[in-house]
Amino acid sequence: MVTVRLWGSLAELVDGKREIEITATNLRELLEGLAEAYPALKPQISRGVSVAIDGRIYNDTWATPINETSEIVLLNRLVGG
Amino acid sequence: MPKDEFTPRTFSVVGTRPLRPDGIDKVTGRARYGADISAPGMLTGMVLRSPHAHARICSIDTSVAAAMPGVKAVITRADFPVHPKNNGTADVLDNCMADKKALYDGHAVAAVAASSRRAALDALATIKVVYEVLPHVLDVDEAMKLDAPILHKGRKQEGVPADVSDNVLTRTEYGHGDPEIGFQMADLVIERQFKTAATHQGYIEPHSCLATLGSDGQGDLWVCTQGHYMARNTCAEILGLDSGCLRVTPSEIGGGFGGKTTVFLEPTALLLSQKSGRPVKMTMTREEVFRASGPTASTSIDIKIGMTKDGTITAAKGDYRYQNGAYEAMNGTLGAMTGFAPYNLDHVKTVGWDVVTNRPKAAAYRAPGAPMAAFAVESVIDELAHKLGLDPIDVRLKNAAREGTKSAYGPTYPAIGLEATLKAAKSHPHWSAPLGENQGRGVACGFWFNFGGDTCVSLMVNPDGTVSLSEGNPDIGGSRAAMSMMAAEELGIPMERIRTIIADTAALGQNEVTDGSRVTFAVGLATIKAARHAIQIMVERAAMTWGIEPEAVEWVDGAAQPAGPNAGKHPPMSLAEIAAIASNTGGPISGHFEVNAEGAGVSFGTHIADTEVDPETGAVKIIRYTVFQDAGKAVHPSFVEGQLQGGAVQGIGWALNEEYIYGKDGTLQNAGFLDYRIPVASDLPMIDTAILEIPNPGHPYGVRGVGETGIVPPLAAVANSVSRAAGVRMTSLPMSPPKVLAALKKM
Repeated sequence: MVTVRLWGSLAELVDGKREIEITATNLRELLEGLAEAYPALKPQISRGVSVAIDGRIYNDTWATPINETSEIVLLNRLVGG
Repeated sequence: MPKDEFTPRTFSVVGTRPLRPDGIDKVTGRARYGADISAPGMLTGMVLRSPHAHARICSIDTSVAAAMPGVKAVITRADFPVHPKNNGTADVLDNCMADKKALYDGHAVAAVAASSRRAALDALATIKVVYEVLPHVLDVDEAMKLDAPILHKGRKQEGVPADVSDNVLTRTEYGHGDPEIGFQMADLVIERQFKTAATHQGYIEPHSCLATLGSDGQGDLWVCTQGHYMARNTCAEILGLDSGCLRVTPSEIGGGFGGKTTVFLEPTALLLSQKSGRPVKMTMTREEVFRASGPTASTSIDIKIGMTKDGTITAAKGDYRYQNGAYEAMNGTLGAMTGFAPYNLDHVKTVGWDVVTNRPKAAAYRAPGAPMAAFAVESVIDELAHKLGLDPIDVRLKNAAREGTKSAYGPTYPAIGLEATLKAAKSHPHWSAPLGENQGRGVACGFWFNFGGDTCVSLMVNPDGTVSLSEGNPDIGGSRAAMSMMAAEELGIPMERIRTIIADTAALGQNEVTDGSRVTFAVGLATIKAARHAIQIMVERAAMTWGIEPEAVEWVDGAAQPAGPNAGKHPPMSLAEIAAIASNTGGPISGHFEVNAEGAGVSFGTHIADTEVDPETGAVKIIRYTVFQDAGKAVHPSFVEGQLQGGAVQGIGWALNEEYIYGKDGTLQNAGFLDYRIPVASDLPMIDTAILEIPNPGHPYGVRGVGETGIVPPLAAVANSVSRAAGVRMTSLPMSPPKVLAALKKM
């Protein structure tokens, strides 16, 4: 199991939980697992999110490894100029 | 350790300042920008735009225009063949050509292609559009009210409360701890509201493109853009084309700064071309650029910060309300994420609101959303420091985020450079220089994320030992120089032996837009790996020539050489020597690399601004300005300095003069550089820069993006400086002379 930290307005969609646990070993399993376990998060995940893993930000690479000690933070999908 | 991890090394090319390879083209006029491209039989495409801020389109009659001499095609929204499934792309289409409603002054409602500009203009004048004018809203706080005119119904996302209007599309909250507990621990709490005006990137080159599209769905597009793959994919989706059938070639680009990260004219030009059977060129006038491209959001921001007497921030709250124009954008979200990012806070809560109004859709402007947030946050920190009698840099150092700090937006920071920029600022002569009468000094910090994304690079070793390098990102900040330098560093040959070009969409795989300060990081990473790929092949060719195993060969100073005594005695083979016999050793040699470059390093900067306020006129003059920024590793320091100077100057304009001014009818009143005042060289001192190099652990050379962070601190740095010079806290941008004078008179 890994612990995922949500931003505040996402937490409101899952009964106020700021952290939720999910079984995942990589980014793909994490995002699919979140959408499946917490359907209320699915619209935002479909629109796109970024994921900070141990302080580094990832967007798309499904195989990005995650382990149980990783700090995982869900972020709004980042854009730039 | 993976090769994309930072490894300390000594550089021979990276970090030097060679002449820029695109320089002669640009100073001699040989460089071809968007409007420089022509084709035989080319038509001129022009757009009819709404004169109303908000209006229902009851009917459009193009019959007279279509029958006019020289007019080859007329289109409205009804001519676009598909409705994109993706909401974002559907919005792009609607922004390119209005459907049932015109949502802002300047919104496109029809377009013509004609044999001359005159014929096109005459045809536009005959198009009859019947509008039902609707109430409009321009201000973010007004747009959020339940009784505000509504642009779109039913597009509120989950999490947006019922007590705000349907113009509010998103509400995002970040933070940790309990600010109310933190405020009780403070000796001084300051809460203020701030306003910033919408500004434009002010790029020199207007949007321009030349399109051909046949009835078979095969097309070509030459375009001034920050992302020709984005242009290809978006146009293909909007027009129902196979993206592989549309080849897009980017022109030289006369500035973008985030404003050329979407399409405005391109789908229209392609459709006009398909309908007329002729190439169609479209070029915006400057007025069109202001009215109908992508300026920044304007904002209304509430900030509350508590501080103890020793300068410790005990709690912070921010409410960031951004109007993004007529369609969804996430500037308010990014404001909420970035405003407090420079600080180590136990109790912080930020809320970002993204709101639509009857203005052109906001596009990125360097670090989108962040400069306005920094203005508000850094102003309150400055005021707290001032009222508590503390040095504003010391206060920031005391609270600065460091490696291991849990950021205000959630993740824990790896190695970062904020503290280094603050210490550099503190020890710089600028910080201790004396000030004159009516002068003030301000300091501010800023943060931006940076990112990577899909990237492809191909590197070909030519028979004469030169190298051709193809990247897929328009060069808006010196990337051709930077890529040539990094390839030269790896290959061990002079940079002048390498020519980097920006390839079209048929030549390389998908490339993300040139945005997010990503190119030197991501394309640089791909360039290094493509060069290493080519080196691997050249090592194999040398080994074959010598009759030894490739493992017994190493690449040193631009040549293959035997590695160790068991490899035998062979004179080194240079890259040129290996290239010359490539046909004999297996054929042409090239390296390539394709990646989704993740793991970009975040960036911080600190700016010091000195200003002088004229108490009689309210005019503000920039006396001295210094930028301190962490670049990770500056590949070409002159380009990095240019990025920092450019960001500072654009931020100075944002702070002092630039603003979209609307009339009561919701129409833009200053759509030109005579009435929209950007800083010019005579307004400014030399912008000094100090580059810090705290390596990004996720790049082989430690590179971080530098293109965006430079615009984050200046709004606040200038505002803090003016506030101290004038003796009154300035909370509304721009700080134009009438506004400063009014503030002085209130004292």
